[in-house]
Amino acid sequence: MSNASQTPYAIETRGMSRRFDQSLAVDQLDLKIPRGTIYGFLGPNGCGKSTSIRMLTGLLAPSAGEINVLGYQLPAQAELLRPKIGYMTQKFSLYDNLRVDENLDFVARIYGLTRQQRQQRCAELLALYELIPYRQQLAGSLSGGQKQRLALAAATLHNPELLFLDEPTSAVDPENRREFWEHLFDLCQQGTTILVSTHYMDEAERCHGLAILEKGVKRADGSPQALMADMGARVMEISGENLRYLKQQLIAQPEVVSAAQLGTRLRVLVKNSVPEPQRWLQNHAPGSLIEEVRGSLEDVFVVVTGGRNVG
Amino acid sequence: MWVRKNWLAVFSRVGAIVFKELKQLSRDRMTFGMIVMIPMMQLLLFGYAINTDVRHLPVGLINLSQSSQSRDLVAALEASGAVRFKQVYASKAEAEKAITLGESKAVLYIPADFPQRLFSHPNYPGNNNRAAWSHSDPQQPIAQWMVDGSDTMVAASIKALRNFPLAEITGQAYQANPAVLEVVQYFNPEQRSAVNVVPGLLAIILTMTMIMFTAAAIVREREQGNMEFLINTPVQPMELMFGKIVPYVLVGLIQVSIILGIGHVIFHVPVRGGLLTLFAAALLFIFASLTVGMVISTLVKTQLQAMQMTVFILMPSILLSGFMFPYEAMPAPAQYIAEVLPATHFMRLVRGIVLRDASLTGQTFDMVWLLVFTLLGLMFASLRFKKRLD
Repeated sequence: MSNASQTPYAIETRGMSRRFDQSLAVDQLDLKIPRGTIYGFLGPNGCGKSTSIRMLTGLLAPSAGEINVLGYQLPAQAELLRPKIGYMTQKFSLYDNLRVDENLDFVARIYGLTRQQRQQRCAELLALYELIPYRQQLAGSLSGGQKQRLALAAATLHNPELLFLDEPTSAVDPENRREFWEHLFDLCQQGTTILVSTHYMDEAERCHGLAILEKGVKRADGSPQALMADMGARVMEISGENLRYLKQQLIAQPEVVSAAQLGTRLRVLVKNSVPEPQRWLQNHAPGSLIEEVRGSLEDVFVVVTGGRNVG
Repeated sequence: MWVRKNWLAVFSRVGAIVFKELKQLSRDRMTFGMIVMIPMMQLLLFGYAINTDVRHLPVGLINLSQSSQSRDLVAALEASGAVRFKQVYASKAEAEKAITLGESKAVLYIPADFPQRLFSHPNYPGNNNRAAWSHSDPQQPIAQWMVDGSDTMVAASIKALRNFPLAEITGQAYQANPAVLEVVQYFNPEQRSAVNVVPGLLAIILTMTMIMFTAAAIVREREQGNMEFLINTPVQPMELMFGKIVPYVLVGLIQVSIILGIGHVIFHVPVRGGLLTLFAAALLFIFASLTVGMVISTLVKTQLQAMQMTVFILMPSILLSGFMFPYEAMPAPAQYIAEVLPATHFMRLVRGIVLRDASLTGQTFDMVWLLVFTLLGLMFASLRFKKRLD
């Protein structure tokens, strides 16, 4: 049959596009996401992350392009794909007026687990995601982090091969975010492919592979390290006087991608076309202390989106 | 990969939905209270308020005669229980103004020559040469009713007083005119409205609550964001629809019991056709109404729209189903519309069973219609419901 478990990719798309009325939410997206990896969609709000995920889960039909997920053609074979994927929506989508354990039990019944399987799996998940103290509580009364763990438990209850997470940590504090990622790495270790969308740079940096989206277009993709290595610009930091004035001067230069103030320093991205950026900058900012620093994912993001998204 | 049609899995999924709906319902105290309170309140309210036999209608009086005979007429009319004289007017002009202002619905005008008119009236006891008399002289009524004809119900009950027996006034033995057509009341011999209204209310209350509950059912999950998760699971549209209907069937049966119980205890409405027959018919109607709600749920985008659609169905169900006005008296186009509504068919079934001891086999058409309606509605709703967001 059409299930090609042999292909190395969990997700493969060619020219995936989606139009809403006049606007193009996703434009010609080509993806190749290897099995067993954590892949990230990085981009600002409204860049087409959620729309892309909905097309990849079969919830939205693409306006154009081909989609192959776990060997199934979408949207035609969406129903066959459903038992193999888990989906954690951006907004909490379990029932607020059911208890934690009732929610999990409901999901288990929906996936057709037997009574014994149900009890075992629910107990397992409650323990794994530290929800045992709250199991009698209504889901609506949980905190952001607890809700998120419950949602992850529900999305992974049937041991899906592929897990979609749409901005899973947007309502969670940094401490919980770190723990959440530990859970994701555990799942990945067990062979689950994970596609996660985020607008946090530190989260994106944890992914094995990454696509930077802006206005529905893929601006760059690759591993975070590779993206940082070939970003086409060098990162310089200037300390000194009159940084506000200096910034105005520098961003007027065509060689400068962006300049952003970080406290007492000015972080400047200089295009690779400038052979010696340190000396070049020294001419523009005499008397300042200038040093080259390691590029971050945020710098990559600024470069590939042409500096439009960072002041 | 081939997904096996596993009936156990189907059962498990439907069960999950049913179980979840019941849990949610039991948490929602307001809704839970309404299930019981709506039928109780409405039955008590309408059972007492809706009364088509007009009794003790307040009316006005112009008495220009002031004779003992005229006072006898007033007393006799009041004694009949039909009217009650509340206002006295001096002149016709004054009475006309009162009717225009809505102060009185009807006014009795007794002319000054009332005694003469009375004694010369052919129906007056002692006037034996009726036929000859009435040919020689144009018949003169003894008094006149001035009626606000805009209220047809009031006008009709006053009209019924046209042939008020004169023997009542004179206190002599009443000699009934031989009737041209004899009327025999087979059912509801006391002519009580409640006997007709209570079974009708069963249909109206069920229409309202059943459609409302399910009309909101799917939209609510969409509005609260649950649907995005749910449609990503293997649950099938038909399973979802069915699972959402089943808990409300129970709710419907509870309501039927409440209405019939109160109807029997307080309004003495009989159930001649047997409870089992009645519950079978009610079950069919509950399914049909829940299906209407499901169809609405797949058509609308918000819970507010669902409510508006519910009212859109409820209004003709009240006005055209035969609850308010006799189905047979409506013009043909209205009858066609009424024929589509499940309430019309249930109204016939329930009145037949409750009041006339009609068996279900005699009303096969209405039963089959409700069944077909349910099946078509469920199919339509399942086809309309897509496991997609676009």
